[in-house]
Amino acid sequence: MNCEESLALMHLYLDGDASEEEAQQLREHLKICPDCNQHYRELKQTESLLSGAAYELSAPAGFTASVMANLPKEKKRAGYMRWFRAHPVITAAAVFFLFMFTSVLSAWNSDSSVSVSKQEGLIVENDLVIVPEGVTVKGDLVVENGDLDIRGQVDGDVTIINGDLIEDPGTKVNMASVDNISGEYQEINRIFGWAWYHLKELVTF
Amino acid sequence: MENIIKYHIKNVKKGDHAAFEEIVSFYQNKVYHIVYRMVGDSHEAQDIAQEAFIRAYTNIHSFDENRKFSTWLYRIATNLSIDRLRKKKPDFHLDAEVKGTEGLDMYSQLAADQALPEEEVESMELQSYIHKEILSLPPKYRSVIVLRFLDDLSLAEIGEILDLPLGTVKTRIHRGRELLRKKLRHV
Ligand SMILES: [Zn+2]
Repeated sequence: MNCEESLALMHLYLDGDASEEEAQQLREHLKICPDCNQHYRELKQTESLLSGAAYELSAPAGFTASVMANLPKEKKRAGYMRWFRAHPVITAAAVFFLFMFTSVLSAWNSDSSVSVSKQEGLIVENDLVIVPEGVTVKGDLVVENGDLDIRGQVDGDVTIINGDLIEDPGTKVNMASVDNISGEYQEINRIFGWAWYHLKELVTF
Repeated sequence: MENIIKYHIKNVKKGDHAAFEEIVSFYQNKVYHIVYRMVGDSHEAQDIAQEAFIRAYTNIHSFDENRKFSTWLYRIATNLSIDRLRKKKPDFHLDAEVKGTEGLDMYSQLAADQALPEEEVESMELQSYIHKEILSLPPKYRSVIVLRFLDDLSLAEIGEILDLPLGTVKTRIHRGRELLRKKLRHV
């Protein structure tokens, strides 16, 4: 074995890659070659110094807490997404609700003209809906974005959204009006109630 | 241990925040060790080690549970360290010297503060000297040397961490060992 081969073998030996036969050959060469012997001892010392320095360093105090505090917030969104994927039915319901609520909201904002569920026999003046005297509305009546003055009869439930049942101070028409409703009377002016009303309507389809 | 880690990872994937804390707490020293030996500066090391864990967390879904988690994590840590070294390449060599000295100061400071027995002071000075010499290696040799003496990593694992063929890992270890031999033989 020459010195070059011996050098290569030293590294194999230190890596634990040398066969028993190769190790023996190396030992033989080191006995007769002072240069290689010196070289090998230096390598061996380097190895032991390095493994001595390989004791594990410690992360600074509070390291884990600092990592946890700095985890990205967007990960939480990913967490929700995972949850959604795991619960498709609830997700569908939630999306549906959200969708409905936003479209209902935009309807609340945009559609401010008066609308009424039945037109037959009714008088609509600007934002006032009148059930004239002698007229009987068969079934439920819904008035949206307008006031309602019932002089005749409503044979069903009355719902007023974003409006009032007209009160005539002189004749307590309001009371009279309510008396003229055979079913339930409901006034919805708060936006959530309004949205809820629409939703209920949609769900009971 | 690897099994406990895998159990925690499953929980992290399910969105369990606390399970990740267990992982950080278990690997913090090893990751910090790798990064500190690579970049040499303790503040920078803390910064990069933290970034490594955050990356691991954000990308946890791409971690293949059939593989060893430590390999994956150390890979993130070494890549971030090497990126950082690359970014400040122009003054890189000078920088490494300075960082090395800083490490020396830190060790000496620590030794002085704690009024340690002389033997231990000597040992710390020796440690800091070795640290400095490891830092003086070009990064490609430094990384194999640092990993080789951490945690009984096999050469194959080192290859996986650094994305290098086994033959290249060995060549770099031999080369790194020769470079260090010249620096450490007079110790
Ligand atoms: Zn020889």
